[in-house]
Amino acid sequence: MRPVTIRINLKNKVKASGEETILIMTILVFTLVILLGSLLAGFLGSLTGLGGGFVIIPLLTLVFGIDIRYAIGASLVAVIATSSGAASSYVKEGITNMRLGMFLEIATTLGAVAGAFLAVYTSTHIIAILFGFILIFSAILSLRRKDETALTPSASMLAQRLKLNSSYPTPQGVIDYSVTNVPGGFLIMLGAGILSGLLGLGAGVLKVLAMDNVMRVPFKVSTTTSNFMIGVTAAASAGIYLYRGYIDPGLCMPVVLGVLAGAFLGSKVLARANSHSLRTVFAFIILVIALEMLYNGFTKKI
Amino acid sequence: MKKFRHDRDIQLMIGNLLRAGVVLAFFIVLAGAVIYLFRHGNELPEYHVFQRGLNNFHTFSAIWEGLLAGHGRAIIQFGIVVLILTPISRIAFSVIGFLLEKDYLYAGITLAVLAIIISSLIAGMGA
Repeated sequence: MRPVTIRINLKNKVKASGEETILIMTILVFTLVILLGSLLAGFLGSLTGLGGGFVIIPLLTLVFGIDIRYAIGASLVAVIATSSGAASSYVKEGITNMRLGMFLEIATTLGAVAGAFLAVYTSTHIIAILFGFILIFSAILSLRRKDETALTPSASMLAQRLKLNSSYPTPQGVIDYSVTNVPGGFLIMLGAGILSGLLGLGAGVLKVLAMDNVMRVPFKVSTTTSNFMIGVTAAASAGIYLYRGYIDPGLCMPVVLGVLAGAFLGSKVLARANSHSLRTVFAFIILVIALEMLYNGFTKKI
Repeated sequence: MKKFRHDRDIQLMIGNLLRAGVVLAFFIVLAGAVIYLFRHGNELPEYHVFQRGLNNFHTFSAIWEGLLAGHGRAIIQFGIVVLILTPISRIAFSVIGFLLEKDYLYAGITLAVLAIIISSLIAGMGA
């Protein structure tokens, strides 16, 4: 066994100022740390419908100084794992609105394809800045979120014709709900798809926003339906990223294993969880990450 | 409530399909991980600079050749491909489900999504 040391610079880009923290790490240790981070990513991602990318990209780029293209590839894999892992439970329990998800997937997949091609012409620090703004946007959104009990008894013709109105199980029994402003929601989904193709993450934030605030779908239905959709949106651009070499097996291995385990745990917790307090905590977490991302993007450290 | 029963059937089918794909991907990646970590666990991770190297297994033929050679990284990448195919096969099975339910509107919608994804995958691999 040869003597092996790896220098992973925690403050990778501050060599000039001299304050460099060096951590010595083998692939084995590195894999275990990523595994733990991915467990958290899968857990939070499946609970919030945001996908695991929000934890994976900052963890890999900010903590380990990994090239953002590898991070984007790993994030894409994390999103697919979170989505499929948790959706298997959410769909069976009937929380996910499958018709709504399938209908809106037309918009998100078209957008994702466009975004993935645009990504070639975008430099990485701009992607990081975009990512930061998405996070701030989503944090403010989460904090402003109203209570989910008020449901609009609307009579949207389009929602009726598309059979989008449905019901979902709650601790108080099965609750019927209807869907409004279908065209508005569809347009936002198109934007969500472009962002996900551009950044390599599900942009679940925009999906939850569109369903929760615009289409007036109950919060848990919004998050689980977003969770259901993000895997498909991510898979639409996965072929392109795989071919470009963004998806590195050594890096993605702990991500897949950790995220799948985390998503499984998250899906067990969601049915009983108080989503309001969880939402608040999560909003603050992503706000902090957003500021770090913006800092790195604007100073071109990424 | 015959219609509800059918919707329930689709939900169970899709749920079980996703579960199967995810479990399969998990154990393939785990198998590859054991080989990869056994052979390379004490080496150095190199991800600071992006390079589209030969060892990345970014085409299906490269993954297949690596699989036959028993490379841990190729086995992991194969598991990741299974994972990527899971939501795509979910859509394919939804088309069948909606056809069985005679919901032609949603069979069409789902078919459109499937077409977009498959063309994107083909365009991506050929780009």
